[in-house]
Amino acid sequence: MGDFFSNLSLGFGVALSLQNLGLAFLGCLVGTLIGVLPGVGPIATIAMLLPITFGLDPVGALIMLAGIYYGAQYGGSTTAILVNIPGEATSVVTALDGHQMARQGRAGVALGIAAIGSFFAGTVATLVIAALGAPLTGLALVFGPTEYFSLMVMGLVFAVVLARGSILKAIAMILVGVLLSTVGTDLETGEERMTFGLPFLADGIDFAVLAMGIFGIAEIMRNLDHTEHRDVVRQAIGRLLPNKDDFRQSYKPVLRGTFIGAILGILPGNGAVLGPFASYTLEKKLAKDPRRFGRGAIEGVAGPESANNAGAQTSFIPLLTLGIPPNAVMALMVGAMTIHGIIPGPQVMTKNPTLFWGMIASMWVGNLMLLIINLPLVGMWVRLLKVPYRLMFPAILMFCAIGIYSINSLPTDVMFIGLFGFVGYVLIKFGFEPAPMLLGFVLGKLMEENLRRALIISRGSMETFIERPISAGLLAVAAILLVIALLPSIRKGRDEVFTE
Amino acid sequence: MKKVVLALAAVVGLAATGAQAQNYPTRPITMIVPFAAGGPTDVIARIVSDHMSRTLGQQIVIENVAGAGGTTGITRAAQSQPDGYTIMMGHMGTHGAAPALYPNLKYDPTKDFAPIGVAAGTPIVIVARKDFPANDLKGFLDYVKTNGDKVNMAHAGVGSVSHSTGIFFNSVVKVKPTMVAYRGTGPALNDLMGNTVDFMTDQIVNVAPQIQGNNIKAYAIATPERSPVLPNVPTTKEAGLEGYEVSAWNAVFAPKGTPPDVVKKLSDALIKSLEDENTKKRLLDLGGVLPTASERTPEGLQKLVESEVARWTPVLKAAGATAE
Repeated sequence: MGDFFSNLSLGFGVALSLQNLGLAFLGCLVGTLIGVLPGVGPIATIAMLLPITFGLDPVGALIMLAGIYYGAQYGGSTTAILVNIPGEATSVVTALDGHQMARQGRAGVALGIAAIGSFFAGTVATLVIAALGAPLTGLALVFGPTEYFSLMVMGLVFAVVLARGSILKAIAMILVGVLLSTVGTDLETGEERMTFGLPFLADGIDFAVLAMGIFGIAEIMRNLDHTEHRDVVRQAIGRLLPNKDDFRQSYKPVLRGTFIGAILGILPGNGAVLGPFASYTLEKKLAKDPRRFGRGAIEGVAGPESANNAGAQTSFIPLLTLGIPPNAVMALMVGAMTIHGIIPGPQVMTKNPTLFWGMIASMWVGNLMLLIINLPLVGMWVRLLKVPYRLMFPAILMFCAIGIYSINSLPTDVMFIGLFGFVGYVLIKFGFEPAPMLLGFVLGKLMEENLRRALIISRGSMETFIERPISAGLLAVAAILLVIALLPSIRKGRDEVFTE
Repeated sequence: MKKVVLALAAVVGLAATGAQAQNYPTRPITMIVPFAAGGPTDVIARIVSDHMSRTLGQQIVIENVAGAGGTTGITRAAQSQPDGYTIMMGHMGTHGAAPALYPNLKYDPTKDFAPIGVAAGTPIVIVARKDFPANDLKGFLDYVKTNGDKVNMAHAGVGSVSHSTGIFFNSVVKVKPTMVAYRGTGPALNDLMGNTVDFMTDQIVNVAPQIQGNNIKAYAIATPERSPVLPNVPTTKEAGLEGYEVSAWNAVFAPKGTPPDVVKKLSDALIKSLEDENTKKRLLDLGGVLPTASERTPEGLQKLVESEVARWTPVLKAAGATAE
């Protein structure tokens, strides 16, 4: 315990130097501003801004990059709430209720609770990393392909169990999502699947392209055809910050979201994406009146946003303690560290304690900065909604096009958001919800690859999924959830997890 | 937008080709890196181009165009205006293994480029899970030969360096382990450390920290000399494996038709960058190997590409590896 405090004080000594404070602030600010652009998520933002850190010392550079990461992550949530465009998988859930709140004139409250929930989650996650980082590392290693597949099965069952109304439509959408995720070059054999020989499909469909089209562009089209809805967002601004009631409703979801997100964040291979979905599902299940979800329930923003941020922080654990990046953003951080002459690995903690603990302390500092930057910005973002829609939508469209192009520099991506936008619009018209499809898309690829990997390693024996205890446990939970869903009496109480 | 700029540049370029090349460069240069930011090739590109920018007096901007084992970015760079303002960082995969892996490849590594020079190579290391029942390369080779497809070999996806060098390993040693594909080196290493898979061959940059941290064990490094980063790891030759020497080289190319004096300027800047103490130190810290004097020149690189295509094509074709 004494170590814990001396380590943390070493870290804060580094993070609180004037230069590093300034860098953390700058990183968070720049990250927030760029992350707000639709489609420009943390990966694109960090890649774009990597060169500006070259002149800095490694600790300062990494503190700034980490700041850009949290900033961009948070900026992405802002876009999800304001214009219903999730920049990445984790903010899909935020868009569901966050954007509804914005439509009801509660954009400020949604942004405020997102910022405060994120700050709390970030604080807890920082402590978790500092205290338990090393022991928790083992969790990432225990999760092999078998466990991973079972986790994904459980994730999909979440979506099915809680789908209300037409369960058939929800399942159909999940399957479409899974199907879309199989487009591209097959990982094991290198064969192209469903690419029609088109080179730009060889690497599959980009999540950002699909999400931006199916949510963002479709939303614009829908707004344009409903004249009566057109200016609904700018009608009433309402309060800018959450009040006592909002906090009372939110604090439990924030706590639960933080817990769920922090655990899933440690898992390799993007386990963090499940965090917000799991948190949303849980909140909805626990709520007295689940019908409020999807219609602007504050819990639906508070929980997932906390889970998102907690996961974003704890995903640093495998990177810092093992040097193994669990997702694409962390892979980029590895590159950034290497460029600055620090090869991430298990030795970083002992060889570069100032860097290691400085980074950890700076996470908390970064979260505080984010709160300081974002609470005043809430007013600005909300005022942005007052811009008449006829001026707003061309701007959104333009930023979408720029944002999506900046990710892969592919003109076809820009065309694809148009195509998916049209598909999304048609789906909404027929009463299909896009969110289950996105979940299916995200989980589908992970599920298929891990299933095949697990079966290759077990030489085709399906028993591997039951023989391994963690995998068996996850599958049991999935099975129980499914049974509960199929019992008619409980079915009546079922409500949909994804409501537009 | 870039297309428009390029088109304009082409028009301007035609009007004043001679003067243009003499004053080159008058605006920032784009270096296309065909992999995601943060990977070994990207890191090497950023380190080397940093000093080149200072020599040339213009910023070299890195543009990451990832996809299809790097061939997406290289295809685009190969088709861009050959005026020296778009150059690229190719590597062992895009300019050596690709013709065998991608039958519909839109470029010929030996013909469609103006080579500039090799930037750095990263040696391949043979690594296995920590508790693998063999303590040296000889024991390891015996085990793999005896147990055949009961052994699991991990790689980072068809077209990746670990995939090509892994197939090469299998063909040299004449073994057929079961191949398990991952999406990138990170997840593969994760499962290697978690004892889910048995072994893999990968670039030193990716595996050195885990070897130093005793999370995995290294049997040999596939270079003629030991690496200062891993002084205790024997070379394949020392450990008794002949014919498995391979390094993932990274090299700067310009599109075919780039004016010779522009190529000269770029080549001089690259050579100067590689002589810079700071650049050298950063590359060596990664476990990188600096190119020989001849490899740093356009002629040396051309020779390397030709020999690499000749080396990889039969190996990969024989293994039936294809990415299409």
